[in-house]
Amino acid sequence: MSTSSVLPSQRLFKLENFGHSIERPVYLYRPTHAEQVEQIFNLATENEVHIALRGAGRSYGDAALASGGIVLDLQRMNRVLDWNPETGVITVEPGVTIERLWRYIMEDGWWSPVMPGTMRPTIGGCLGANVHGKNNWKQGTMGDHVLSFDALLPNGKKVTCTPNRNKQLFHSIISGMGLLGVFTSITMQMKKIYSGNLEVNAWAEPDLRSMLHATDEGREHDYIVGWVDSTARGRGLGRGQMHSARYLEEGEDPYPAMTLNPGNQDLPDTIMGLVPKSLVWRFLKLGINNPGAWAGNSAKYLLNRTLGNHKTYLQSLVAFTFLLDYVPNWEYSYGKQGLIQYQSFLPTDTAEESFEEILRVSQMHGLPSYLGVMKRHKPDDFIFSHAVDGFSLALDFKVRRREKLAQLTDALNQIVLNGNGRFYFAKDSALTPDVVAQFLGDETIARFKQLKAQADPANILQTDLYKRCFG
Amino acid sequence: MSELTGKQVENPLNLRPRAVVVGASSGIGEALARKLAKEGYQLALLARRQDRLDKICAEINQAAGEVRATAYQHDVTDYEAVPALFRKILQQMQTIDLFVYNSGVMYPIGLSEYDFKKDLATLEVNLLGGIAWLGEAATLFDRLGKGHLVGVSSVAGDRGRVGNPPYHAAKSGMSTYLEALRNRLAKKGVHVLTVKPGYVQTDLLPSSQMPFPVATPESTAEAIYSAIRRGRQVLYTPWWWRYLLLVITHIPSFIFRRMSF
Repeated sequence: MSTSSVLPSQRLFKLENFGHSIERPVYLYRPTHAEQVEQIFNLATENEVHIALRGAGRSYGDAALASGGIVLDLQRMNRVLDWNPETGVITVEPGVTIERLWRYIMEDGWWSPVMPGTMRPTIGGCLGANVHGKNNWKQGTMGDHVLSFDALLPNGKKVTCTPNRNKQLFHSIISGMGLLGVFTSITMQMKKIYSGNLEVNAWAEPDLRSMLHATDEGREHDYIVGWVDSTARGRGLGRGQMHSARYLEEGEDPYPAMTLNPGNQDLPDTIMGLVPKSLVWRFLKLGINNPGAWAGNSAKYLLNRTLGNHKTYLQSLVAFTFLLDYVPNWEYSYGKQGLIQYQSFLPTDTAEESFEEILRVSQMHGLPSYLGVMKRHKPDDFIFSHAVDGFSLALDFKVRRREKLAQLTDALNQIVLNGNGRFYFAKDSALTPDVVAQFLGDETIARFKQLKAQADPANILQTDLYKRCFG
Repeated sequence: MSELTGKQVENPLNLRPRAVVVGASSGIGEALARKLAKEGYQLALLARRQDRLDKICAEINQAAGEVRATAYQHDVTDYEAVPALFRKILQQMQTIDLFVYNSGVMYPIGLSEYDFKKDLATLEVNLLGGIAWLGEAATLFDRLGKGHLVGVSSVAGDRGRVGNPPYHAAKSGMSTYLEALRNRLAKKGVHVLTVKPGYVQTDLLPSSQMPFPVATPESTAEAIYSAIRRGRQVLYTPWWWRYLLLVITHIPSFIFRRMSF
């Protein structure tokens, strides 16, 4: 064996998950063109090295890591290849971020029908995980708005997929967590908008049942999302605040050119014109502990219940949609060990019981979630679909007492399975092969493995998540 | 459902610690591997002698009831193979927290014998193989900003004596190399431990009567493990060798060269 064939030490870096709770050594490659991706596929095959595809690295868990292997960071493949402001059809490379997308199309009066809660991820990453927004029950997932894409497979083939052509690959590369191939170009249909503002309603709900009810009722709106006070116990368990929103109709906004100007959408970089937002996470950090989270959540609920109850107001699309970006680098406020998110998807008939148990069990063991978000969903046709006809509850946990936290998420997995629930790989760091087999079903896994054997015969696309969940 | 199982759950946030031991088929390396397995480590064990290595791995795995140790057959003088094997192990293990270079040989040499072949073999296993492996591990720990790097040197590196010039040279080279790594890596958050055992009952020990008491590989492994946990820099084991060597290193040459031990 000669030394020339090994991955060079200069490429060795430490990479983290978005939650800063997992750090791993990887050999990092950042191609700009599909030809370079092909070369790296060959390099990996020769060296028996595994590859993880990575966009902006915004997965909460280990989806974009290949420990000791190659991480193929696609952020530099970020050209907008075509844009038609008449039809709202855009073609991009996978490394274009959601932020680039909305800044590019908005002043022509377009918006993506599905937007995640942060603008930082890349479109390739979003489609790999097949993300949803605060309108999943209505607009489906991001993959539902893809007209076609080109992908490069590890077997060397270049494929074009549409909902009708190479149908199975279309529904598997989207949602397939980068385990089947690399997007090289993606064509999507955008949605026409007539204002840069939304009409938003906010109101409080006193417990879990009423939160679920409100989320369900909210399906008549364009968007509906619930903030859950995950620290509240007893009668107030699961209480929170709902936000619904609707797009403005043509003519409702007297100055659409102004509200659709990206400059007017930008979030202010200070709070009340005083405190720079870049510092906010440092203050937040002081409150990211059990008593602090309880006090913060309770205070927020009381304000929502009183001063902020049943308010209707206009809010910019960006401010409403990308709530997570309101505080830059908020994930650092969780401290050195970072955070994980535990998001579960439960059908309508088991959601209340399961979410109640999830909240109770995590509180009981002294590891309450510090932030909860509730959404409404509908099933989709993609292979690793996370969605159900029901609800999701996303819970952020500070990472501490790792042994116990691992036992807790293990117990939560069982609660979700008992309720016939599903999981979301973009968020996950706690699934095991038996849990994955139960929620996806043997038939889906067999179909995936068969597709993978064809697309990736040398089995080089192996992320840490893949080894953990399908190992 | 409200009770947690209390069992060990391995997930990405809660990986068991990972250790690589080069030279693990006997003596101190074997004892340290067994100790680390008991302490919950996931292990990659390397040595030339595949049969002995397989047996040790099988015993560790059986005791743990799961795969904890993996054997990699390797000759440390095959320097060319080191980078690829290191990468293979890293990918297999996902990360490495502790790296131990323990390989060593000692060939008996006559008092007026000068055999370059023997000398070279001694330097290759005791020093050059170590530099090949520790360099890879140092690169990794440098990037990770953490890790424990352990080199097994010897009290024999502190002073050149009449019995085995290449062995003294190799061990002294190893001690100095480790010291230099420590000075490079300390500010990166990496811990470098130089282990200087005295006489230990291993394959290396000549069968003749020793002038000082002989330690067991097991007690040596315990001392090394404790030194890793405490972040010690130089470990003399057993402890009293530190003071013995303090005296020996201060004996002036005009006396030392007249001594026969």
